[in-house]
Amino acid sequence: MNDALLAASIIWLFVFMYAILGSVDFGAGFWGMVYSQKDDRAGALANRFLSPTWEVTNVFLVMLVVTLVAFFPSALTGLSLALLIPGSLVLLLLIIRSTFMVFAYSAQRFQRALSVVSGVTGLLIPALLVLVLPVVAGGFTDPKNGQLLADKLLTSPITYAYLAFGLTSELFLSAAFLADYSREADDDEAYAVFRRFALLFGPLSLLIGVVAVPLMGAEASWLRLNIEENRWWFFASAVIFFIGYSAYWWPTKRKDHKKGVPRAAFTAFILQFFLASAAYGMSHLPYLLYPTYTLEESVTNHNTFVSLLYSYGIGLAILVPGFYLFWRLFLKDKRYLSQE
Amino acid sequence: MEKVNPLDELMTARALFGSSLGFHILFATLGVGIPLMIFMAELLFQVTKDPDYTLMAKRWTKAQAILLGVAIPSGTIVAVQLSLLWPNFMEWVGQIIALPFQVELFAFFLEALFMSIYVYAADRLSPSLRILSVFFVALGGSLSGALITSANAWMNTPTGFELAKDGSIINVRPWEAFFNPSFPAAAIHVLLSAYMTGAFVIASIAALRMLKRKEKDAPYRYHRKALLLSLAIGLVVSIGTALNGHWAAQVLHEKQPEKLAAAEGLFETQSRAPLSIGGVTDNEEGKLKGAIEIPGMLSFLAGNRFDTVVKGLNDFPRDTWPPFYTHTLFNLMVGIGTLLILFAGLAWLIRWRRGKDHLPRWLLRLLIVGGPLSLLSIEFGWVFTCSGRQPWTVYNLQRTSEAVTDATGIMTWFVLFIAIYVFLLISTVWIMRGYFRKRPLEQEMLNAHATQSKKGEGLH
Repeated sequence: MNDALLAASIIWLFVFMYAILGSVDFGAGFWGMVYSQKDDRAGALANRFLSPTWEVTNVFLVMLVVTLVAFFPSALTGLSLALLIPGSLVLLLLIIRSTFMVFAYSAQRFQRALSVVSGVTGLLIPALLVLVLPVVAGGFTDPKNGQLLADKLLTSPITYAYLAFGLTSELFLSAAFLADYSREADDDEAYAVFRRFALLFGPLSLLIGVVAVPLMGAEASWLRLNIEENRWWFFASAVIFFIGYSAYWWPTKRKDHKKGVPRAAFTAFILQFFLASAAYGMSHLPYLLYPTYTLEESVTNHNTFVSLLYSYGIGLAILVPGFYLFWRLFLKDKRYLSQE
Repeated sequence: MEKVNPLDELMTARALFGSSLGFHILFATLGVGIPLMIFMAELLFQVTKDPDYTLMAKRWTKAQAILLGVAIPSGTIVAVQLSLLWPNFMEWVGQIIALPFQVELFAFFLEALFMSIYVYAADRLSPSLRILSVFFVALGGSLSGALITSANAWMNTPTGFELAKDGSIINVRPWEAFFNPSFPAAAIHVLLSAYMTGAFVIASIAALRMLKRKEKDAPYRYHRKALLLSLAIGLVVSIGTALNGHWAAQVLHEKQPEKLAAAEGLFETQSRAPLSIGGVTDNEEGKLKGAIEIPGMLSFLAGNRFDTVVKGLNDFPRDTWPPFYTHTLFNLMVGIGTLLILFAGLAWLIRWRRGKDHLPRWLLRLLIVGGPLSLLSIEFGWVFTCSGRQPWTVYNLQRTSEAVTDATGIMTWFVLFIAIYVFLLISTVWIMRGYFRKRPLEQEMLNAHATQSKKGEGLH
């Protein structure tokens, strides 16, 4: 594997991780808004997860941007021109959301207004982020100056297919995660709510994903052809989805004979998205931003590349124990999960 | 190669990025300084077993959590805007100085992770895990501050690569770029001045609270402990900042002489150069007017000898002169630093001569301004170092006008971001006040004493 491909794989891994973490995080914000009535268990559960995690999730976004710049500095000129508008909008929404999250934690009496902010931005930010995909696939930038053609982007059907896919996936993944989280907290009422939404949004997002491919415009036909070539990967991902989906009816060995193994379901869905996004990533080769920037032309020099790899090794060695402690405290500890 | 780029787009991009950085730097600096104070308070509790210190750590942590909630997204903005607004600069960065950006992120991660743990799980942690967590918060904050300074230092003294004849970058040595000549002095300066700011901001609040209390009761004593702790740290680090600032100026003398010349308003190259304080630079005559001059002092400071030759601006082509206002900024930064040493020194002198029960009210009033002043000097310092580098983004290699994006319509974003920063500043202050009004110290002191007897079990 050469430098460019290895670098692209690392970035793809971050995109994938952020897609899962971000979906769960922003989705939890949305569910927290929908179920924000005081006595609602589902809303309380979503918020309990969100409080300690959103800052950590947010760091992944910065990591993604910094890693992209570090590995593919030459593509930056093109990317920054194409993404100035959605990028700046994401930043504005992100700072509003983050600040309100902190304020919600510090000032109880504004809970309702604050949960609306976190819920609405929880839909808008992922929507803007997912728009990056059609833009880098080509056709939406001015060939003369490289700037984004916003009106063309907003009037193309494929844009809305990406949006619909992104949002249904977000709601699906977050519902599946929160179903598992509520089982961990032994909260049957919240479990029933989130299981129902996972069952609804799962097939919906899969369906939209399939429908979206033929909608790809003429400029992105290179991507469509590649996707069709990689169809077996997508097929495998769909098979795993159905296995995970069935887990909501699996019998358990629990004494109370409750049905469904949400942990198995969510694990399968992660695998499903892993395969699907790997296949999408492979189909995107060799372009970073079609048609101007390929991976090979944009990758950084070998010395910097090697030193970056070392820094990842050191960084992970320091952070992994921290992540473990974090997981123990907020995703595992019964005293935190089932507090009233 | 001169780029075709309207000047006002460049100025707007600079104004937008400068505002973002200026906003972020307030929260980032406190995010380095306050965790140190929290860590010290936790340590003091372990030594003295005085519950006031745990309560202090707890209340400062709540404040820091609110600040971090603004610091993280505003830092995200700075990181992304760097790429959006200065893509041609980031291309250089990516090839040569990507390393500190990357490692800084791990430090930032460490801080965010353990801050969440410390804030949301403090009651479930054993004392040693709690101290370890807050140590990692402080360490992560300090490391990320020091590391990101490496990138800024590199912009002043770019090393670790060569330029081929066609202008392409070859033979990159990332670690040499990381440890560029101005990095050590700059990183230490950023850290010490951040600790100084954290200490003086807390001293300000403690002094204000002490003034408001009629009698010397338990809350008064609590605030006095906070005041003396922050003044102790404040005195040590403000002296450290001054010594290190002197070192940083010597690095300028050696590596970026025109920046030093502009900072000191020096036009003629000379030995026995005077140190000029105050004054206004006359653009027409090329002279500094109305300054107080200390003969020979600048030469002495720059090279430890009065006959050191200090280069003046006239030795450099006019289109590479930094703006003249850097002289004023530099004076303000150094002036405030000196004042803060005097504040802390005076306070400790009085404490030592008269005892801690007789701290005069005028002294407390004086200390109230210490916090805002130290925040201001941080801003002056950053504006000084970045505008003192102009017209370059990368010293002697890339002009700011070459680094900027070709995108148009930055003005709209400038207005939007300014609006959001103003809103955030106001609401942060408002939330902070509301939070602590609802949890008055007296109440928390009672609660602390009540729970002291039945301590919860920690996580093992």
